[in-house]
Amino acid sequence: MRAPVQRYRNILDFALSSLLRRKGRNLALICVYTLVVFVIASLIFFVQSLKREARELLVQAPDMVVQRMVAGRHDPMPAAQAEAIRAIRGVEEVHSRVWGYYYDPVFGGNLTVMGSDDPTLAADAVWIGQGVARNMRVKEGDLISLRGYGGLPMLFAVQKILAEESELVSSDLVLMSPKDVRSLFNFPEGLATDLAITAGNPRELPTIAAKIVEQFPDARPILKSEILRTYEAIFDWRGGLMVVVLGSAVLAFIIFAWDKATGLSAEERKEIGILKSIGWESSDVLLLKFWEGSVVSLTAFLSGVLLAYVHVFFFSASLFEHALKGWSVLFPRYRLMPALDGYQLTVLFFLTVLPYTAATLVPIWRAATVDPDAAMRS
Amino acid sequence: MIELVDVVKTFQAGLATPFTAVDGVNLNVPRGKVTVLKGPSGSGKTTLLTLIGCMARPTSGRIHLHGLPAGTLPQLAKGDSLEITSLPERFLTAIRRRTFGFIFQQFNLVRGISVLENVLLPTYPTGEDHGDAEARAIERLESLGLARHLHASVDRLSGGEAQRVAIARALINDPTVIVADEPTAHLDSKLSEDFMMLMGQFKAAGKTLLITSHDPIVYSSPLADLVVEMRDGRIVAGP
Amino acid sequence: MIQHPGVLALLLASGLVSLLLTAAGWQGLQILRGWNLQSGSEGQLDLERRTYLVSTLVANALVIQILSLFLFIFTADGLHTQFVGAMCAAGSLAANAYGYPTLLTKVATCLVAGVWLILHRADTQGYDYPLIRPKYALLLLLVPLVLAETWLQASYLTGLKADVMTSCCGSLFGQGRQGLASELAGLPTRIMQPVFWITFGALMAAGIVLLRTRRGSTVFSLLSLAFLLVSVASLISFFCLYIYELPTHHCPFCLLQREYGFVGYPLYGALLGGAIAGLGVGALAPFRAQKSLVSALPRLQAHLAWSALILALVFTLIVGIWMFLSPLKL
Repeated sequence: MRAPVQRYRNILDFALSSLLRRKGRNLALICVYTLVVFVIASLIFFVQSLKREARELLVQAPDMVVQRMVAGRHDPMPAAQAEAIRAIRGVEEVHSRVWGYYYDPVFGGNLTVMGSDDPTLAADAVWIGQGVARNMRVKEGDLISLRGYGGLPMLFAVQKILAEESELVSSDLVLMSPKDVRSLFNFPEGLATDLAITAGNPRELPTIAAKIVEQFPDARPILKSEILRTYEAIFDWRGGLMVVVLGSAVLAFIIFAWDKATGLSAEERKEIGILKSIGWESSDVLLLKFWEGSVVSLTAFLSGVLLAYVHVFFFSASLFEHALKGWSVLFPRYRLMPALDGYQLTVLFFLTVLPYTAATLVPIWRAATVDPDAAMRS
Repeated sequence: MIELVDVVKTFQAGLATPFTAVDGVNLNVPRGKVTVLKGPSGSGKTTLLTLIGCMARPTSGRIHLHGLPAGTLPQLAKGDSLEITSLPERFLTAIRRRTFGFIFQQFNLVRGISVLENVLLPTYPTGEDHGDAEARAIERLESLGLARHLHASVDRLSGGEAQRVAIARALINDPTVIVADEPTAHLDSKLSEDFMMLMGQFKAAGKTLLITSHDPIVYSSPLADLVVEMRDGRIVAGP
Repeated sequence: MIQHPGVLALLLASGLVSLLLTAAGWQGLQILRGWNLQSGSEGQLDLERRTYLVSTLVANALVIQILSLFLFIFTADGLHTQFVGAMCAAGSLAANAYGYPTLLTKVATCLVAGVWLILHRADTQGYDYPLIRPKYALLLLLVPLVLAETWLQASYLTGLKADVMTSCCGSLFGQGRQGLASELAGLPTRIMQPVFWITFGALMAAGIVLLRTRRGSTVFSLLSLAFLLVSVASLISFFCLYIYELPTHHCPFCLLQREYGFVGYPLYGALLGGAIAGLGVGALAPFRAQKSLVSALPRLQAHLAWSALILALVFTLIVGIWMFLSPLKL
């Protein structure tokens, strides 16, 4: 049992010494390889992290939101509907929400203005998100002015700036009392923008949704699980799109690797000839080349992953953000939470190491099966 | 020891007409003796060497090995004889490792690694215990007067020293047959004599020697028991 | 199609494996057609060189295929949120007709590739390439199998459509869809339990007979295969219930999750490895009479039998102990 293990070790030793002897040639390959791993890994980590963020933040979202549709467009909902829905069995709580989009001509950008019943929210005060605070360059205690319906300015005191952790969803948010929201938008009493519904048993949600639609054909119930699903699908799709685009980079790398493996230097060729002539068999040389390839792959993979980790979680993936996040004036600034798991690493492995290994198989075999007597003739 | 029957080796790859390097050779290499293959370049002696030394397979003909150490391929050997003509590479290589030690004309040492590592290279695929192999390697190198150069890089050695490293490497697995291809081609007369003296020691130790050379110091040496002359792939003078 | 990086990785891997094995199959054909060991011609020497290529290709393909089996399950699991009613991989795989066939074909290719490598190992022990014909014949069987798997997987993955929100209706999917079979029906415990223990006992007995008398390889081999099938069925039927501590959760895939200590890996690893070893014993049996393998073959069979028995024991111990220690009592 020991002999096979010792053989592996011996040949691994020699493989390492071979690689170190030809540092120059292998360095270029490892750099390119690392770059490819880095780019794809950054992408995967970034998308994965965003998905996780979205999932965590949506935990706080209401189980179901009901909106009213008129001619395929969103329309405010009469209070009477809220009452009727409250009566449906299984519904625990119905909260009429009033909110809207406010375009700020001075600083640009859309703000989401939402009515909040939180008792700690003072009269004529607002809670604003980090993005709003940055854009308007205000801090707690300052006053902001929003143009109400009819052009009259409405002054609000900034009571609180919402926490950094929630930036991803609250960046452009302005919370005020529902009364103020209605004044701002001239939103009539007795109407709500939508209803937030909590169910006693989440499994009942589809049934409740069905009943709502039955009673009010113009209602559109949206489940939290659907929002989550859609978000994930979008992130997946965008991530996948970028991987396909990067596919051409991977292909170029593969061709480079194949070319390098095929074009053995005269020195390497001679060395293999010598090995074969002193008693190394084809499978020994194949093992040698396999070890060399593994060391190269492992080095590139680890370096690429490490660099990508730093890039995404310390520099917030500055190279990719724009393609993946969409665009807007109010960019939430956030630190992604590191999320690394075996699955992502395996996917990364499949997208980088596997093609490399496959591309170098035939050249390695050709090099390893050279005739031992070739060394005699050189 | 080694019996060749009607051995032919033809090379075709990529050539318009096939080239016959060895053309119907019948030869018996005796055990424990020094056999010298003599002839101009292109006579096929190097090819014949590779065939005898289990490095290549003949295109046709048969090669038998006799007097092998016990345990060499028990399932095939008839007593201590073995026909090696159609053996798969891994078996051929296994036999070669244990039976033959090669000393190449160009020495064929691996550049960039130490003398000791070069000598140890043939032991790597056998999975032998590293400590044992290393002890043996050091002993061989010491007996050849190379103890000082154990960890030196082979690039720094003189011609004679390099050849002795090649010899040490050839001996590492304790082979029964020592094969040398034009060993004195890069040596001056003094070193050539030294080489022949070394070969004499090996013969006295019971090893079989097979040397190709067109150097008179070798084929006219008193040590040479059998001189076989080759020309155009055939034996023209000999037993 | 859901253009997820994991999906792309699977398609790539599958494509590569198909490529590698088709290349291997093509070489195999050349070898079968021109093989003549007695000849020393350059053509024959070239063919012998190619045998190294084929074994390298198949070995690589096997490793990729095993990894991709687990990747497939995990990707399906990760995608379950995209389908209404799917709780885990079991649901995702049922999203269209190709899911489960893909899984089964993947496992089949792993088994066949594993057995091929065992045949190859035996072949190298003989001084006259004794198994060359059966080996490359098996390869020619493996190639269409793996091509089928690539096609099935591609059909499955490209046919997946996420149940995302449309502009008109949100949650009305759930109604029409009658449960995505997110729960696999398990065969009744009353039957499966004794069947499992009987099969296990028979396997052990056959193994002991084989190791002591060197007879009964075929029976042992068939029992290995049976053990694989019965174990998987038993896992779904009752073993997993103890692991999940839930009398209704009949899912074979959730075992691979972190919350259950990744116990699925050693379990499925042991089953797969044991099945390959056991099948290998049977695959080698017809060649016992070959002169060049007279000493090597029984030894190889013994090693394989030991491996199969130990792995079966590992599996049984893990599930047995879990069953014993589980707070759930059926």
